Parts: sequence; structure tokens; C-alpha cells
Amino acid sequence: MKIVKGAGTVPDREPPVPGDAPAGEPRQERRTRWQSLRGRFDRRFSPYLFIAPYFLLFGIFGVFPMLFTFWVSLHDWSFIGGKAGFAGLDNYAFLVTDAKFWNALLNTLGIFVVAIVPQLLIALFLADTLNRQLRWRGFFRMGVILPYVTSIAAMAIVFGQLFGRDFGLINLSLESFGLDGIDWRSNRLASWVAIAVMIDWRWLGFNTLIYLAAMQAIPRDLYESAAIDGASRLRQFWQITVPMVRPTIMFTVIIATIGQMQLFTEPVIFSADYRGGNQNQFQTVAMLMFEEARQLDNFGYGAAISWIIFVLIVIFAVINVLFISRIRSAT
Amino acid sequence: MTRGRRGGRAATAMAGSAALLAVAACGNGEADEAGESTGGDVHLVLETFGTFGYDELISRFEEETGYTVDHRVTGEHPDYAEALEQNIAAGSGAGDVVALEEAHMAKMLEQGDAFHDLYDYGAGEMEEHFLDWKWELGHSSDGRLIGLGTDVGSLAICYRWDLFEEAGLPTDRDELTETWQTWEDFLEVGLEFRDAGMDEAFVDDVGQFYTAITRQAGDAIYLNRDDELIMDSNPVVKEAFDYAARLAEEDLTAALDTFSDDWNAGIQAGTFATMTCPAWMLGQVEESAGDAGEGLWDVAGVPGEGGNWGGSWLAVPTQSEHPEEAAELAKFLTSTEGHLGAWEEASNLPSSVETLEMDEVQGWTREYFNDAPTGEIFAEGALDLQPYYMGSGHVGVHEAVGAYIDDMQRGEIDPEQAWQDALAEAERAVR
Repeated sequence: MKIVKGAGTVPDREPPVPGDAPAGEPRQERRTRWQSLRGRFDRRFSPYLFIAPYFLLFGIFGVFPMLFTFWVSLHDWSFIGGKAGFAGLDNYAFLVTDAKFWNALLNTLGIFVVAIVPQLLIALFLADTLNRQLRWRGFFRMGVILPYVTSIAAMAIVFGQLFGRDFGLINLSLESFGLDGIDWRSNRLASWVAIAVMIDWRWLGFNTLIYLAAMQAIPRDLYESAAIDGASRLRQFWQITVPMVRPTIMFTVIIATIGQMQLFTEPVIFSADYRGGNQNQFQTVAMLMFEEARQLDNFGYGAAISWIIFVLIVIFAVINVLFISRIRSAT
Repeated sequence: MTRGRRGGRAATAMAGSAALLAVAACGNGEADEAGESTGGDVHLVLETFGTFGYDELISRFEEETGYTVDHRVTGEHPDYAEALEQNIAAGSGAGDVVALEEAHMAKMLEQGDAFHDLYDYGAGEMEEHFLDWKWELGHSSDGRLIGLGTDVGSLAICYRWDLFEEAGLPTDRDELTETWQTWEDFLEVGLEFRDAGMDEAFVDDVGQFYTAITRQAGDAIYLNRDDELIMDSNPVVKEAFDYAARLAEEDLTAALDTFSDDWNAGIQAGTFATMTCPAWMLGQVEESAGDAGEGLWDVAGVPGEGGNWGGSWLAVPTQSEHPEEAAELAKFLTSTEGHLGAWEEASNLPSSVETLEMDEVQGWTREYFNDAPTGEIFAEGALDLQPYYMGSGHVGVHEAVGAYIDDMQRGEIDPEQAWQDALAEAERAVR
């Protein structure tokens, strides 16, 4: 079917005619040719016009800031003072030698491992449980996503009180068992664990639901025949469920990687500043970027750090993709 | 207005405030009518943080002028400073009158062009009633008057008299002020307190004492007037640091990071006996300790020489659409009357000499703090304060040093290492 948009609505206006049109041609013929031209144009370009708003906005709010950030990173730049001279790659050279940057990178990766590995494993088991015949299954499925819709401000207050050194709920209960309290913000590993708990509490349900959706697409008869063959539930889980949802697992790993490389909110809430512990025990790369750009007014250096975060995310994404295609070709 | 001429200014100022009072004394109806015709449609935005104690003053100002004033308050200063910087950089969004805090002042003065020269709006005649240094520090390097002083924060020591009594120490504030003339004496009292077998710590946070001592010395702290880092060569900084280290080594500290949740809980539970109290800290103590703490805290003089901590200025950004009226508001709030109003509402210590000497300030007692004559204690300190230079890198350096001191008092790092690390990070911060 031909889509002729708007043809005939402006019958009186002379459409512009391509240059080689013979002068004496009847009006009717010219009109049909014009209509077919419009139709072809319509079919070819309308789809692009329909998606154009997104790319226009993405250009303004995504691509432009990115390129501008790169431009800033090549300068000495202060926030209110503005540009203060071209610096070339000095900011990047400083970054390579900056112990604080490497410390922040170590923290970011460390928290990633402490948070994401257990999170995805637990989400997988939880999804498997919710996928079975359970009483009040709908209620539990709703329940896992509840933390995700809790406001971050409320989360800050609750976790601040849980992880206080002297009057925190966790330390008070440790002490009531005769154990020593933990200084959650001084000890590097303890601080990583505390932040991981906050991240997992918030994101566990999200991943659980994604896994659950993937598991529901697995044909039931696979389990039934496995059960007939005498496979235990655990064996069914490892040999049917996990292989069948593997693409979904890779998807969640990539999403988590991107999110974790930009980790900011939870440690900032935990620290109440951008410093992340007195000796930067849990300062992430994104926090260092904010500290430099906002507190120390080194906008240029902050911009360089955010570009490095971008490059790191790209590298990790590529590693993930290579990993997936290897798995695919193996199976 | 000519700058720097001193004659007859106080008289003008007094005449001015008398005129304002006279207007205020007029009936409501009259003031409103005047507002309709002169400036009824002028709408001003005043931006401050924390507690400036301006509610009552603003309604008085609105009544007198007929302008409307929208008072936007941000709770915490870091958030406030960040938003203000963004608005100044963007060229729009800032209030018509904005508060500038002392640690933030140097950075904003570097952007002097973003603010009106208040000499152009007749503020020059107010010089007389301000503390000299407060007035001076409101100027940019090219001599323009950017900010009019609001409060200052002279220092005192807050202490729990009941814990002192339990430890067999004197509890009377005058006697204690007499006992701890120097910081060395203060430490001695702390040792007695500890040796009495008290469970509670003597101080809350050694970092606060470090800060107090560096500020008492006056002049430059971390940066000299050319903004070079002199932390290593300035004996004051090292002395203050060593003093903090000794408080920690003698086990006199509760090792609470000031303003943290644990610190607030510590005030409430009474886990320490003393803390540094700049004038504005009293409100914080009252809030954290709550009703249960009423009458348990008292206020004594600070060891060493006076010392200021904190305080702000009011400035008029050039982006304001009503600079004339905005300047009027800033001048009103920093007049002798404005200072008195802020003192009565929020106990913010005036930077106006005239207000400091008023009976309303001098005779002020604070019921919550065991009826301590806080007016007299703080006003006395304020009259002989030493100003200090901060520089725009001050905040970054101070934060780094403060963090290492905090870890030192928690026993995470030994003092020598803390000093070296703090120094290294200070150098990085001002690179």
C-alpha cells in the first residue's frame, strides 16, 4: 500500500518541479509524479524523522557534553573562574602518576567484586525459588523489588544508623555478644562490605526479576523429563536453569559493570562527603572526580578523570562482549 | 560616596536607623500604602544557610519598605556554597542578597566582578560600627566593598558541669576560665579528669581543638598572602597538630568526627565532658542534646588568646535585577539594629562593635546552658579578635589535615605518619 501523506491538501499551490520537466506537460501528470516522489521520500526518510527527537536530545545532552568534557580536560579550568590556559595532556599525565587515582580505581574494582558477585548469585537462587510453586508467590515477587523503590534519602538515614561506630545497630548487637565493634568507615574491607550491602539491598530485587523473567521462558518439559531421569533440584538448577539463562546473566553483568564503574551514590551517602574515609579507604573514581572538580576546583583534572571512567567502561564492555561470543561459539 | 573618610558616619548611621525606626513605628496601613506607590512590586530573594536569625528582621524590613522578601535557606553550608558557585558561574539564579561564609569568602572575592561594589550604594558610611578586620575582609583585592559583615564566632569552651563534679573538679565557669589560662593548663585538667577514673572522654574531637588553636594565632594559617603553602614552615600549625596528638595519646578524646551521627549521639548520651564552642555552636549543642541535656552544659572562657571561628558576609551579585533595593536589604540586616535582631533570634554574635557593647548583648544569659552569661563571654572575646588570612585553597588543605587528625585520634595512624601524609595531600590539593 502506498502512503501518500498530505497529498491533495494543498491542491492550488504549484509544487516545485524538477528542472527537466517539459513545459507543456498536462497538469494531471505532473501531480501524480509529484505524489510518487513524495511517497518515496516519505518511505525513505520518515522513519529517521520519527527517531530524530531522541538523537537530537542525545546529541545535545549526551554527545556534546562528552566532547566538551574532553575539551575541558585539555585545559587548566576552574569552575567559576573558567578557562585558565591550554594544558595539553598534562591532566592525563598527572593522572597516571596520581596515587589517589589508583587508590580510587582499586576501591571501585574492589567494591565491584565484593558487591556484584554475591548479588548476582543470590539473585539467581532467589529467582529460582520464586519460579517454583510457592504459596503467596505474587506477594514475594513484589516484595523483592520494594527496596528498589525506596527513596535514597531514607536509605541514607537507615544505613547511617546501622553502620555507626559507637551507636550503630550492628555494633551494638556485636557488643551485646561480647564481640568488638567494627569501625565501618576506617577499615577498608569493612567499608567495602558496608557499601556492598547498601548496593545489594537496592539492586538485588531488580536482578532477581530479570532472571525470573528469563527462567519463565524455559520450557517446563525440560524439568519434567529431568525429574523423571532422577535429577535432583540442585542438578536441575545447574544443568538446566543456569545454561538456559546464560545470555541474561551476561546482560546483568554488563549492566552491573557499567553501573559499578560509576559508583557514586552509596559511598557518598556512607561517607557524607566526597572523600570516602579519612584515608580515602572507599573513595571511588567518580567520587574523586567530584572532589577534584567541585571541592578543589580543578575542573580540567575532573574532566580527565571522567574521560578515563568512560574509557574503562568501554574496555570492560569489550571484554564482556568477547567473553560472550566465546561462550556462544563453545556451545 | 567618598571612601575612607571617617567623620560623622556614626551620626549618619544612627540618624538612618532612627528614620527606619520612625517608619516602623508608623501604623501598618501607612507602611502598606507607601509600599504600593514606591516599591510594591519589588521582590527580593535573600539566600542564606544554617541559622541567620533573620525572620523577625525580614518582616520588619518588608513593613518599612513595602518590598517582598523571599528568604531561601539551605541547611548545610557545603550544599549552599556549591549551588551559589553554580549560579554565580552561570550568571543567573543567585539571590539578590547572598551570604558568603568565611572559608568560602576568599574564593568568592576572586570573583569580585560578579558582585556589586557596595560603596556605590552608600555602604561606606557603615564602616564605623564594624569590627575593623571584619570590615577589611569584606573587600576584594582591588578595594571594592563586596561583603558587609554579619556574625563572628568568638571561642569558648562548653563543658558538662555534672561530669566535672563527678571527677572532683571545680564546676564554676569563672573558676575554670581562671584554671585553664593556657592550653597546657587545659590538658592538665584533662589528665586529672581521666585519672579520676571517669568513663567519659575529656574532649569530643581533637580536630576541633587543632582548628581553634590555629585560628587563635591569627594571620596566615596554611597559605600566605601570595597563596603559597606555608603549612610546613608555619610553627603555629605544627604546634596545634602536636597538641592534638598529645590529647589523643593521653587518651583524652572520644574520637568523634564533628557533625557525624556518632558525634550527635555522643552529645546526647554525654560521652565526653568538653568541646570547643564558637558562638554558633551553642545552638547545635542545644539541638543535639535536647531537653534531657538542659542545665547540664555550661560555658567557660577559652584557653589561650581569644580567637575567631566562622562568620559570614552579605553580598549583592551583579545579576540582581534590583541592586539598589538589594543593597538596602543587606545594609539593613548588617546595621546595628540588624545585628541585634540576629543576636536575639539566633544568638549569632554581632560583628558590629556598637551592637556588641549594647546591654542587650552584654547582659544576655542562656537558660539552657545553666544561665551562663554567654553575651558577656562571647562579646568580650569578639572585641579583641585577631583576623586571619585563609586563601582560596584553605578549605581543601584543611579538609585533608582534618581527615588525618581524625584517623590519628582513632589510632589508625601514628602522629608522625599522619603529619607526613597530611602534608603530602595538602601539597597535592594546592598544586
